[in-house]
Amino acid sequence: MSNRASQLHRLEAQSIEIIREVVAEMARPVMLYSIGKDSSVMLHLARKAFYPAPPPFPLLHIDTTWKFREMIEFRDRMAREAGMELLTHTNTQGLADGVNPFDHGASFYTQVMKTEALKQALDLHGFDAAFGGARRDEEKSRAKERIFSFRTPQHGWDPKNQRPELWSVFNTRVRRGESLRVFPLSNWTELDIWQYIRAENIPIVPLYYAAERPVVERDGMLVMVDDERMPLAAGETPELRRVRFRTLGCYPLTAAMESEADTLDGIVTEMLIARTSERSGRLIDHDEAASMEKKKREGYF
Amino acid sequence: MNQLPSLSRPVTSLLDDHDQKGLLRFLTCGSVDDGKSTLIGRLLHDTKLVLEDQVAALRNDSRKYGTQGENIDLALLVDGLEAEREQGITIDVAYRFFATDARKFIVADTPGHEQYTRNMATGASNSDLAVILIDARKGVLQQTRRHSFIVSLLGIRHVVVAVNKMDLVDNDEAVFERISEDYRAFAEGFGFETLQVIPMSALTGDNVTARATAMDWYDGPTLLSHLESIEVASEAFDGPFRMPVQWVNRPNLDFRGYCGTLVGGRIRPGDRISVAASGRTATVERIATMNGDLDEALAGDAVTLTLREEVDISRGDVLCAPDQRPEVADRIGAHLIWMDDRPLVPGRSYAIKVGKRLASASVTRIDHGIDVNTLQHEDVETLALNGIGYCELALSSPVAFDPYEVNRDMGSFVLIDPLTNHTVAAGMIWKALRKADNIHRQAFDIDRSARAALTGQTPRVLWFTGLSGAGKSTVANLVEQRLHATGRLTFLLDGDNVRHGLNKDLGFSEADRVENIRRVGEVAKLFTEAGLITLVSFISPFRSDRQMARDLFKPGEFVEIHVHAPLAVAEARDPKGLYKKARAGEIRNFTGIDSPYEEPQSPEIVLNTDGADPEALADEVIRYLDL
Repeated sequence: MSNRASQLHRLEAQSIEIIREVVAEMARPVMLYSIGKDSSVMLHLARKAFYPAPPPFPLLHIDTTWKFREMIEFRDRMAREAGMELLTHTNTQGLADGVNPFDHGASFYTQVMKTEALKQALDLHGFDAAFGGARRDEEKSRAKERIFSFRTPQHGWDPKNQRPELWSVFNTRVRRGESLRVFPLSNWTELDIWQYIRAENIPIVPLYYAAERPVVERDGMLVMVDDERMPLAAGETPELRRVRFRTLGCYPLTAAMESEADTLDGIVTEMLIARTSERSGRLIDHDEAASMEKKKREGYF
Repeated sequence: MNQLPSLSRPVTSLLDDHDQKGLLRFLTCGSVDDGKSTLIGRLLHDTKLVLEDQVAALRNDSRKYGTQGENIDLALLVDGLEAEREQGITIDVAYRFFATDARKFIVADTPGHEQYTRNMATGASNSDLAVILIDARKGVLQQTRRHSFIVSLLGIRHVVVAVNKMDLVDNDEAVFERISEDYRAFAEGFGFETLQVIPMSALTGDNVTARATAMDWYDGPTLLSHLESIEVASEAFDGPFRMPVQWVNRPNLDFRGYCGTLVGGRIRPGDRISVAASGRTATVERIATMNGDLDEALAGDAVTLTLREEVDISRGDVLCAPDQRPEVADRIGAHLIWMDDRPLVPGRSYAIKVGKRLASASVTRIDHGIDVNTLQHEDVETLALNGIGYCELALSSPVAFDPYEVNRDMGSFVLIDPLTNHTVAAGMIWKALRKADNIHRQAFDIDRSARAALTGQTPRVLWFTGLSGAGKSTVANLVEQRLHATGRLTFLLDGDNVRHGLNKDLGFSEADRVENIRRVGEVAKLFTEAGLITLVSFISPFRSDRQMARDLFKPGEFVEIHVHAPLAVAEARDPKGLYKKARAGEIRNFTGIDSPYEEPQSPEIVLNTDGADPEALADEVIRYLDL
């Protein structure tokens, strides 16, 4: 970012300051890397913060085993290019129990394969700080999250008992077992993310661009058939449609949208005139209004 | 669906415009029911930030929780957490985003009721402007005064007074004029640079985003047009160069970069800079970034500087313009806003974070408390949750700062309770009370490493802590004998002896005990800088005090030795007959009896003296020192 007056330049500087502060004060930080566009921006900012050194912490990916295949390829390439260690973790107990998004419902599946898996990984490696790419503009309970968000040894979040956060003076102190979740993109909006990706030429997973992909229509949502594990109901046949994704997660839970946008400007054009908010593409958030707050209390990002 | 998207103009120009937009951060404050959340909901709604599926969710929620009958309750867009939906009040700071063609906005929505004053201060700390809501039916209330005072204390210079719910007073100009005059009269002393009073109705949107025909007597700006056009230049931008060092980047032997965010002025390669605390100067070589070296960096930029000369600089140091240096002091006067349930204990040691510098600090005096409702100064012994006072603080080491009113980033700090790790107070520095030795420290050529080289030893402080009678003095004495016998220069500071001299003016109150340890720490530091191995034998029962002492030294220099004996064993030894007196009630605040001993959590050495040979224990210390 070269233009000093630009608000993106300010956002970039704030995020870099946050990332550096964590590295300077915490014993064992890690960056949660979900492979989506926000993670791509966060990783890029981390590389800028420590240039010419690689970021002095590993990347951690919680692999539910249901991610799009293209995401996994992209993940491995990005970690290699950044010169960073990539850790992956899967809830093997959940896997052994056969927990999957089709038979167990989105919310139980998410609890076991994402939230529990994340807690296991953080405990296993003893991380005392984990970067996440969440933004305050995504959802109402996120709007009240601190940038440095304190978590109990059980990884719980207590919205009523958050540390006051003033200026850019961050209290990073934790006791053994306690940890911080840190959100360097707190003050970014979706539009900022896309604008920054465009200005800095940041690579993103090709799934964001429109292409012919095999999909089935379920409950009014288009679901991509990414591999043979997806059970098809009688009469359901995957058909090729020109689709893309606004957000990326586990393929059975991520709705595709029909689109012709195969360039960055095309994506942003669609977004600017979009009339649905970002997370509605994720089936997990549809339960009820406060579902995100509940998940966060339990340790979800 | 399937209809190709189209925009009024090319996306490239839209995006470039979004990038070029300025950013305004503001906070809204008002009393319960003034309509704050509705106002923000209105801004989000009218600037088209509310999307269709959110409106659908809102209709659902409005039926369940709303207060507007069949109409959409805009406040529910903003009140995020379950608990506050049930109570119908906002309980925490929420950040909201919207943008117009002119600007991007970040709104801190902060609650108005008294017990959450701390949240308002939090929201204000990162805002350029405040919107203070007044209910037209109620006029200027005590809460309005409180909000205005906090806003002014946090250094906000631009204020909008939103006289809301005008529709409920028949859009009466006389009502508005009376409130406007009332407010201006009492806000005179606050020194706001701009003050705009706007009559509006958040519920109907009148004068929020659109001009109200019902109030044609008002010819000022709408809220949105005022927010879009007001200039809120930052003073720091034009001030002298300041950069707190956040991280030293050493990927290899050829690169040593100082990472940080400029909080004042500008810097170019070739410029001379000083390190505020040490007084050393150097020349900027490069401003290195992943997108190539920069010709210049400005306040707000996060950069990595390399220097031509090798200078000792570490995290927490402040780089500054050599001819315009910040103050450096270890005694400061500051406003404190207390934010914790546990009240302030004067004399107690807290962690303090000033910029990127961590130290410990204690409040030595509360000059006065401030009643936020009357703004009267009052004598107080402590500050409780949401209390505000002007205090004097003593720090464990000098910090570089500029007064808060000159540079917010250089003059702000937080206090952290070292036991609970809570952020207990926010502070705004006004001035140095006693400038450190000489403000802009003279850098002497004979430094600690030169002195250490001459003595041929690594200076250390051996800090023996433990109960009275645990064996501290016995072991320390043996250790010193061994060191002396091998030609080491040493000095032993003993608790009882020091109280006969240096500290004979101190008693045993909590504040005096803190000061006792502080002085001993400072003396030990001087001896250590002189090149000596310094032995300190003090009960020093409180963790925070030992931490304060430890903070005076470089990593590795401070060796904490826990001389441990069970209380029963120490009491049975009772070499000075003190336990007997304490049990008899003749001595108060005696450690182990009616005052706690906080065991070290991770001391360098633990010596269990129960049944052990003191000579062997002394040998253990010598082995650790690895001389």
